[in-house]
Order: sequence, then C-alpha cells, then structure tokens
Amino acid sequence: MNALAATYDPTRTGAVAGAAVPALALSDVRKSFGKTEIIRGVTLSIPRGERHAIIGPNGAGKSTLFNLISGRFPVSAGDIALNGKSIIGKRPFEINRMGLSRSFQITNIFPRLSVYENIRCATLYALGYKYSFWHRLDKLRDARERAEDIMTRIGLRARRDVAAGLLTYADQRALEIGITIAGGADVILLDEPTAGMSRSESDRAVELIRRMTEGKTLVMVEHDMSVVFNLADRISVVVYGEVIASDVPARIRGNRAVQEAYLGTSLTDGGHG
Amino acid sequence: MSSSLEQQARESAPVDPDAPVRSGTRGRTIRFRPYNVGRWVIWGGTALLFAVMPFVFTSGFAITLMSQMGILIIFALAYNMIFGQGGMLSFGHAVYSGLGAYFAVHTLNRVAAGTFFLPASPISVMLLPLVGGVFGAFFGVLFGYLTTRKAGTAFAMITLGLVEMVFAAAWIFTGFFGGEGGISTNRVMGQPVLGITFGPSIQVYYLIAAWCFLSMIAMYAFAHTPLGRISNAVRDNPERAEFIGYNTQRVRWFVLIASGFFAGISGGLSVISYEIVTAENVSAVRSAVPLLAAFIGGSMFFFGPILGAVIVDIFAVALVHYTKAWQFYLGTFFVLIVMFAPGGVASLILMNLRVIKYGLFWRLRDPYVGVLLTGLVLLLGIIMVIEMGYQLTLEWTTRMSLFGFQVDAASPELWVIAIGLIVGGGLGFEVMRRYFRREWGAVQEQIEEQVARELKL
Repeated sequence: MNALAATYDPTRTGAVAGAAVPALALSDVRKSFGKTEIIRGVTLSIPRGERHAIIGPNGAGKSTLFNLISGRFPVSAGDIALNGKSIIGKRPFEINRMGLSRSFQITNIFPRLSVYENIRCATLYALGYKYSFWHRLDKLRDARERAEDIMTRIGLRARRDVAAGLLTYADQRALEIGITIAGGADVILLDEPTAGMSRSESDRAVELIRRMTEGKTLVMVEHDMSVVFNLADRISVVVYGEVIASDVPARIRGNRAVQEAYLGTSLTDGGHG
Repeated sequence: MSSSLEQQARESAPVDPDAPVRSGTRGRTIRFRPYNVGRWVIWGGTALLFAVMPFVFTSGFAITLMSQMGILIIFALAYNMIFGQGGMLSFGHAVYSGLGAYFAVHTLNRVAAGTFFLPASPISVMLLPLVGGVFGAFFGVLFGYLTTRKAGTAFAMITLGLVEMVFAAAWIFTGFFGGEGGISTNRVMGQPVLGITFGPSIQVYYLIAAWCFLSMIAMYAFAHTPLGRISNAVRDNPERAEFIGYNTQRVRWFVLIASGFFAGISGGLSVISYEIVTAENVSAVRSAVPLLAAFIGGSMFFFGPILGAVIVDIFAVALVHYTKAWQFYLGTFFVLIVMFAPGGVASLILMNLRVIKYGLFWRLRDPYVGVLLTGLVLLLGIIMVIEMGYQLTLEWTTRMSLFGFQVDAASPELWVIAIGLIVGGGLGFEVMRRYFRREWGAVQEQIEEQVARELKL
C-alpha cells in the first residue's frame, strides 16, 4: 500500500493539516509554441478543498494550462507546485502518482475494455498493484470494491460489461470522470466535463461532479456559465494567456474587465458558451 | 463492428466470479463463490485433448504435425501477449524464440558432453525449454529495453531492423550460430527414465504437449493479472494509461520480457523436436509465422492464436505434401481473413455462436449453403489454374495429378473448364455473397434489438 492509496477517502474534507500549503500553485508559468507565447505568465494559487473554475474565451489557453499542470506539455518557464512539490520536468504518470488526476475535453477512455475494466485499471496503480503479474485481478477485493463503488456513483452499474466504446456520449463523459477519480487523487482537473451535453445531461453531470469531488481540490475548465457559477468556489478568467481576474463568482460577475473580455455577453444568463 | 467490440470487451473482461450479487428488497449484498466449473471443464478438456490426440491420429506424420502445432501454439500465444493484448506489432519476434533455441541447443550439447552441471539424462531434456525461456526473457530485457521505448509504427520498424541485425550476426558469428549448417544436437542421452528416452517422436509429442499446456495456463493467468490488464489499457489508449499512473514504456517492456520468456520456451522445444537450430530460426520469415497465426486465429481473443497456429501448421506442414503452392494458398487465406474477418477465425466462430444463441441460425442456413457451394466452385477453378500453372512453369512434364485424376496441364479443355468454373462460380458467389450479407445484417440487427431490450429490463 503506498501513500496515494492511503489518501483515498471520499468523506475526507479539504481542511486538514497543511491547508496552508496550496494544493496547486502556479508562479509565472509560460508556454510558447514556436514564437507564439500561448501562456504569458500565469500566477495562481488554489487552496486545498477549493472548487476552482477557469473560464475564458476560445483560444485563451485554458486547455493548454491544463496540459501544463498535468504534464502533457512541458512548461517554457515558471514553476508549478502540487501540494508544495514542484512538478516541473515530471512526466504525466509521475504527476499522477503525486496525487493529481485529470479528465479530457475529448473523451479519452479505453474503448475496447468494459466499463468495469476501465475503472478498475484506473485504481490499480494507486492501490499498490503497479506492474504486478503475481496477483490475480479477480482476487483483488479492494480494486473490485472501489471500482463497483465508483460505477454505482457515476450511474453506470447497469452498463458494467459493456465495451466503453459503445456507450452513449453522456455515459462516456461520466466514465471519463469515473476513471479520473478512481485512483483517489486529491487534486482533480476536469477539462470541459459538460461539453456537448444537453441541459438535463449537464445538470446531472454537475450533480455527479459535486458528489465525486467532495473534499477534493477541483480545477475545471468550463464554457457553460451556469455550470461554473453553480459549482465553483472561485473563478479565474484567462484571456490571451493571462489571468485577468481571480475571485469568488459574485465578484467575477461584476468585474468590468471580464465583461469586456466576453464582448458584452452577459455572464448571468447561463447560456452555453 | 459494434458486435465485435462487444465481444472484445467480454473477452478481455470475463465476468467476475466473485462479484457480489444484490438481492432482496433491502439491497442486501450476498457474496458467493461458485465453484468455477467452466474453467475446470475447459482446461480439463484441453488436457484430455492433448492426451488422446495421438490415439486418434496415429500416423508418424500426424505426430510430427501435432508436435509442430504445440510449438507454434506457444510461440503464437507468446507473440499475442505483445500483439493482440499489448498492441505492439512486431516483425522480429523470432529473435527471442531463436536465440532461446540457440542457447538451448548449446546447453543440450554440453549436457551430453558432460561439461554442464546437469546430468546427461532425459530429465535434463525435459527441463531444456526452461533454458530457452530464460534466454528469451534475457534478450527481452536487453532488446526490449530499446524497442519498447517506441510504440506503433516506430516499434514495428525497430523490430524489423533488430531481426535483420540478429540474422546478419548469425552469418558472422558462425562459432555460435553454426553458419550454413546451423547447430545440430541429439536429444537422446543417458539412461531411460521410466522408459522415457525421447527417441520415439511420440515421447517428444507428450513433452511438447505438457509444456504447451503449462504455457497456455501461465499465459492465460498472465492476461488476468494487473500487468496483463494494463497492457490492454496501454494498447487501447497509451495516453490515458499515463494519466492513471502508468509508465507505458515500462508496461510494454515488462510484457515483452514475459513474451520473450514463452517464445524462448517454444524455441527450446523446437531444439528437442528438430534436433537442429539454423539462422532461419532468428529470421524475419520465421517472425512472420506467429503474426500470421495470431491474426488468422483472432488476436483479440486469448484462444485465437491457438486456432491460428493449428491452421497455419495445416497449411505449412500438411498442404506441403499436396502442393508446391501452399504459401500462395496461405497468403490468399490471410488476405481474405484480413479483408472479410478482421477479428479472425475466433470472431467468426463467436459471432455465429451468438446467432445460434439467439435462435436465428435457421435464417442463415440457405445463405450459408449458397455461399459455400458457389465459393467451392470458384475455389475449384482457382486451384485448377494455380496448380496447372505451377506444373507448366516449374515441372519438366505437363502430366500431373489433380484432385486424384491424371491430367495434362497443357490441355486447352482443362483451362476452359477452369476459367468457366471461375467465371460461373465467381458470378454465383457474388450473388450469394450479397444475399448472405443482407440476411446477416438483418439477423445482427435483430440481435442488437434483443440485446438493447434486455439491457433496459
């Protein structure tokens, strides 16, 4: 059993010892592709247990920011610290083992494995089975129980043995979240979890996200303003690779710079972005 | 497409026997562990099959053929650990079986000469495949570290380069590889143990059968460990695997080492069976064999490569006795499978079993008969053309035996008949194929509907 597994506890609240160390701290993070600087000095501190939304117009660099935090792309300059430890130069699996897990904007699952296998696979490393070839999968009670618990919570229990590639879009999005939280990471990054969903589907997704990230630190990129204002404790607005505002939802609504960035679109109408 | 996806999911995710079953109105969870009858029946049946086959097929030729099948089954299953299960297309897997075989043959010769710590006894011969396995795994550690750093096409190209490199080395380091003549050996040594000398080929068959059976169980078990399952995940989506904590290079490397071990076992057995190892054992040509077997049998199913190995050996060993064109037939068969049944023979079987399960096979009876009969006519014509063509170009006489008849390959009448069969059979086959496809589609649709209804209930 490793440290990661020990941290898995769905009922744990965010306010524990060490709350002074932010779950995620970005300082002057920059990223260039060729000569174009996409992220232009982002500094951001997200305390433990916070639900933090990152919003901004298309092409503002929100997804790029996620890719930097999760190690998908290397940063060009600056530092990112996860629970006080720098993750610069670390590969995605190393960052995941340090307690950060992410979902993807475009569904990123294991299409030929069943729903159950998708989730169980996502529990294995964190439960300490790593590369084991001396354990029998079906004898691993903890992996099975955790996978079944998550399947029930994301509402896919009835689809247990269906190949993930055959699920409906909404079910795949739910599975995406299930895989993301299955390892028990305490910092969860969700990239547009409700993208492409109908109103009722996205309402259900918000409920699901709320339940599944109880006591965890949640960072999400989202276009749907009703989702953002519904879920987030704090919102950061990214425009042209910079954070122009970072505050509680009520004050973001009234922020002039933010309203200008959205070119007059009202942030209160709750329409799809 | 969708139905094969579903089957793949089932195959890679057998229903968990320990899964709790909810019952009662209060949602109480009852756990029960059914004595896993299915698994015992299948493995017991397999063991029985290995045991009785020599009593059914008693000829020396059959024993040789079945021995060869056993060796290829291990090799094909080992290959499929990286190919079907792990998503790595290798063109050079004979490196592991072949180098395992070379180390095994040198070991055997030293054992016979008394310059090795094992006694010159049939017991040592029984354990020889382990030597092949250890060296197969050793080269898996060595070469695999380099090859598995890449995935996909890059991996495939590196394996092709690697096998050419080792093959070339075999002609340079003739002391170890034996050059043109290879390294030969004698499997008979020491005092018989319980009457076993490994002189008669039937004794070798049972040795191969035993190793094949053990290897099958071990590889099946491997597929159901965390590493085995994660290799499926890496196959499906390497990027996501990284984001659930796995170093995909490591996963590929570890799986390749395990695969190299079993490939080496098959190499060790080939030493005992053929008593010779040549450079051909480490060639790209030899590497293609398990790839053909895995693909023809069905790489997405554990048992697929077993079927494939049997089929490929029937082509390679049995058909050789009847025709020089066996490679042509094998190649054609391979192309047909890739085009029309990419899931391999295993998926064909499972799809038809599904149709039978839903009681709809009667609807396919007429289309099947039509397709098979017209297909047979077409095949007859094609075989005539190929065989007569081979006879005309490769032999000194035009007299030949065709389907048991003595005929003249140069006679125009036969060519007219052959062309007629091809044209007539081809046209009829095309009509029947469309008929079959229509009916097949309708049947599948009906099954999908039924499945959807069951899911909703």
